[in-house]
Amino acid sequence: MRKVQSLVIGAGPAGLAATIEIAKGGGEVVLIDENAKPGGQLFKQIHKFFGSKEHRAGIRGYDIGTQLLAETTSSGAEVLLDSPVYGVYPHNEGIMVSYLHREQEKALLAEKVILASGGMENTLSFPGSTLPGIMGAGCAQTMINVNRVLPGKKVIMVGSGNVGLIVSYQLMQAGADVLALIEGAPSIGGYGVHAGKIRRAGTPIKVSHTIKRALGENQVEAVEIVQVDDKFRPLAGTEEIIAADTVCIAVGLSPLTELAWLCGCEFTYIPLLGGHVPIHNENMETSVPGIYVAGDIAGVEEASTAMEEGRLAGIAVAQALGLYPPEEAVPLKEEVWNRLNTLRTGPFGQKRFDAKVELLQAAKGGN
Amino acid sequence: MRVAKHPILPPIKEPDITIYVDGKAIPAISGEPIAAALLAAGIKVFRKTAKKGYPRGIFCGIGRCTDCVMTVDGQPNVRTCVTPARENMRIETQNGLGSWGEQG
Ligand SMILES: Cc1cc2nc3c(=O)[nH]c(=O)nc-3n(C[C@H](O)[C@H](O)[C@H](O)COP(=O)(O)OP(=O)(O)OC[C@H]3O[C@@H](n4cnc5c(N)ncnc54)[C@H](O)[C@@H]3O)c2cc1C
Ligand code: FES
Repeated sequence: MRKVQSLVIGAGPAGLAATIEIAKGGGEVVLIDENAKPGGQLFKQIHKFFGSKEHRAGIRGYDIGTQLLAETTSSGAEVLLDSPVYGVYPHNEGIMVSYLHREQEKALLAEKVILASGGMENTLSFPGSTLPGIMGAGCAQTMINVNRVLPGKKVIMVGSGNVGLIVSYQLMQAGADVLALIEGAPSIGGYGVHAGKIRRAGTPIKVSHTIKRALGENQVEAVEIVQVDDKFRPLAGTEEIIAADTVCIAVGLSPLTELAWLCGCEFTYIPLLGGHVPIHNENMETSVPGIYVAGDIAGVEEASTAMEEGRLAGIAVAQALGLYPPEEAVPLKEEVWNRLNTLRTGPFGQKRFDAKVELLQAAKGGN
Repeated sequence: MRVAKHPILPPIKEPDITIYVDGKAIPAISGEPIAAALLAAGIKVFRKTAKKGYPRGIFCGIGRCTDCVMTVDGQPNVRTCVTPARENMRIETQNGLGSWGEQG
């Protein structure tokens, strides 16, 4: 079996950044993704990013993606596309990673492996929730911005976090009518700037509202929404039926962790990070030596934090491979930690910061 | 419907191939996911569930949930949201678990 120094699974922002760092350090690295094109969720993010200059704020997600791809190509890293990984097996000679390519089973043996598989959208269950036309908000975002097709014309958005707000606006840019954005909590979940854009476009944001059921024979034709009290109980008499052909569900993401479970990583449960997350230390290394995590798999955040975590894991792997002496690696990692810490400030960031501290403490045997 | 005009994104390509959905010819752009060509043609029901025959369409759009599977060139359970469309592809609405060789 072919042996390599390091292998990165998932070519989203986290995996690309990790690959670039390992290659920069002079390491041999193979990047694997199941898609035909690299980039993960980045190319559907057509909005400008927040943060400071070194976080590439003000630049649109797909431009960041294009930059990362160019850096990956010039780094000399090997990129395997169209290759879903189905197994990660640590044993004494290294970590075996098995994958499919054009229906053929293949495997590589790596000294270090970074899992950067991202996350997937959560859903809601209500009568009619499986009807065609009801989909994740990220699914609609993929359809309009990447595949350039409208999943429907008249949309109800459920959930007012940043994904719900951003995708509502992007649906309008793509030519759909967003009839209403409903939110179960008594206040809007995402940034005020994004919410303002939706409101100015004339879409009502109905807080303390939920979806009661979806109506339709072969696909969604209407939805019934209802107001809820402070304990999320529907208030009789407040029901409203709205004709719609699409319902987008934006109620958060969960880390995509199958591979981490499979290779025996220890987990902890942190709802703010999306549920069960593999425990990792300051180097992004899990409880299984040689296996690292970065990005949404290590707790759902956003593309900017995913990139920084990827860099961190990449530098740590390069150091573990002996490519950097500690006196070089430590300041490099500190720089990344400083940037991560600034990204994790503010009303939303602070909570993620605290949740990440909890995760790091779990690695030290706390929790 | 295709998103042809967009305030930020560049213009899109024109359809250049034909695929067949339950025998009906629809235009597609080579390499786009099958699901995209179907949505552009207004098709939203991709399969029927095994026990009750309930309709299903796309849900995640990124190959994770398997709600969008159809029979493609005789092979059942193909995730249409991540499988590229190619000239003359035969796509069938899948009933239940599907079966091999519905089309060849
Ligand atoms: C549909 C969707 C839309 C989103 N939109 C936004 C948004 O607009 N704004 C925002 O801030 N955040 C958004 N997010 C959050 C998003 O997850 C982060 O912004 C960021 O993309 C996470 O980066 P990542 O590298 O961890 O994962 P991803 O970008 O998801 O990349 C993971 C990659 O790993 C691949 N992969 C997974 N498992 C395997 C396997 N077994 N074998 C091979 N390859 C594998 C995937 O196919 C994917 O290419 C969205 C998330 C999703 C799922
Ligand atoms: S829509 Fe989820 S796998 Fe295709």
